[in-house]
Amino acid sequence: MAGPGEILLSIRGLRKAFGGLVAVRDLSFDIPQGRIFGLIGPNGSGKTTVLNLVTAELTPDAGSILFRGKEMIGLQSFQVCRSGIARTFQLVRVLPHMTTRENVMLGRLFGCDPTSPGQAAHEADALIERVGLSRYAGMFGAQLTYIDQKRVELARALAMRPQLLLLDEWLAGLNPTELKIGIGLIRQIQAQGITIVMVEHVMEAIRALCDHVVVMNAGEKIAEGSSEAVLSDAKVMDAYLGADDAAA
Amino acid sequence: MLELLQSHWRIGALMALGAFILALVPFYSSSYVISIFIVLYANIALATAWAFFSGTTRYISLATAAFFGVGIYALAIFHVYVPVPLALLAAAIVGFLVALVVGLSTLRLRGVYFVVFTFGLTELIHQVLNWWEIKINKTVSRYIFTDVSNVSIYETLLAVALITIVGSWFVSKIRLGFALRAIGEDETVARHTGVNTTRVKVVCFALSASVMALVGAVLALRYSYIDATIAFNNTWSFQVLIAALLGGAGRAWGPAIGAIPLVLLSDFLAGTFPHHFGIALGLCFVVIVYFLPGGLTRLLERLYHAWWAEQTKVRTH
Repeated sequence: MAGPGEILLSIRGLRKAFGGLVAVRDLSFDIPQGRIFGLIGPNGSGKTTVLNLVTAELTPDAGSILFRGKEMIGLQSFQVCRSGIARTFQLVRVLPHMTTRENVMLGRLFGCDPTSPGQAAHEADALIERVGLSRYAGMFGAQLTYIDQKRVELARALAMRPQLLLLDEWLAGLNPTELKIGIGLIRQIQAQGITIVMVEHVMEAIRALCDHVVVMNAGEKIAEGSSEAVLSDAKVMDAYLGADDAAA
Repeated sequence: MLELLQSHWRIGALMALGAFILALVPFYSSSYVISIFIVLYANIALATAWAFFSGTTRYISLATAAFFGVGIYALAIFHVYVPVPLALLAAAIVGFLVALVVGLSTLRLRGVYFVVFTFGLTELIHQVLNWWEIKINKTVSRYIFTDVSNVSIYETLLAVALITIVGSWFVSKIRLGFALRAIGEDETVARHTGVNTTRVKVVCFALSASVMALVGAVLALRYSYIDATIAFNNTWSFQVLIAALLGGAGRAWGPAIGAIPLVLLSDFLAGTFPHHFGIALGLCFVVIVYFLPGGLTRLLERLYHAWWAEQTKVRTH
């Protein structure tokens, strides 16, 4: 296992095109162990595509993805997941006819360190409590509110016992109180030693949480550094607001 | 495993007693009753095997007749060379292997494409076998001569049906069962939680097919003459699907509950209105889809819960 500060995930020369549209172009960055890493950029800049490439939902045209020094390209999604990378989805995906407990159990049953259903149910209950859903443990996924479905997704990802957690706009759509709780929860997860990659639009959360940020626009990396530095970068403001508004 | 046995020993004991009583039925019944039970057990085993894969993963298969037919032909071929029990085993293995090949090449299809493919598969195997028999073996049919009695067929199918139900229930309680359900709910999530979805689908599709082939092989012992049209009859595919949906494909014992009224109704209709059997079956399907989307088991559960709530209310007042 990599120690704090060592490189956990290393992406080099990653490229993915859909027909004539290049969604990710020659992207390279390193994610150190134990940090919260922000991946930001306007809509359509290729952030979710990067997560889909890392989790083998998509196959890259070129490049390399090293996780703990091991090449991930060529593996299937379930193998990537079992090697220690868990994710949530931009459009929340809970299993609608499974209970909250069963949804979370799934991660424990098939993740990094699979166990029996009895043990998984026991551990799932602890995770459900941690994300504040104990009252809804027996409710079906489809019966939960949007926010609670997001919590289920997070608990399911944590149940996989990952070393790297990819959160795809997990804080989007939360009200200020929920956002505060969400930020606290992500901090707790980091304190546990899990490295986090956040694809996010909520700048308040980026500022509060991220040690290091990569900014993408039109499939390319346009800035990288601390959150304060990149958010005041002129190129980043151009990308988000358009050149005229950024200059104004 | 031990945990499961400990927590369900009462149901297990009840089932064992039920199985013992059912096993005695042929010794006190007419040949008509034995025949009805044989068809019933065959339908229960087929519907349970179908629901084991299609009910959980929601890959709706219309290939029951294909694997059933493969079992019939395997028995017809092998019984000439080996004792009947070995021929039955061979039929189950052939069914498993055919489904393995089919599954590996087609389980990436989803929804209506998978349904249409499985429907076509029956016809494909039917025609290829027909061609093979006519061109290579210079025949259109085969004869099955064994001295297996109806009682033996009854006991074998009872065992196959029970093992299929218990096996299906057991799988629903272990990791594999969760994987199957997760695939049915959202295959992308299943993949991203570490489920090897391809392996789970292919192996379970093949297991389900091996039961179907075995049932075909056991029933073939009752026929003395078979040809491809008899073996690959699509009615099996639809009847099994209706039985599973009528009972409720979401429970291990649901398809068995659905098969009982369907077989009795089929027998009644086929005897009384032989020319309207298809219409009646179609009507059953319409009724299920409209009025019983969760099947009889869901209806029974709802009635039981309502009755239980009523009892509790009476007691508290």
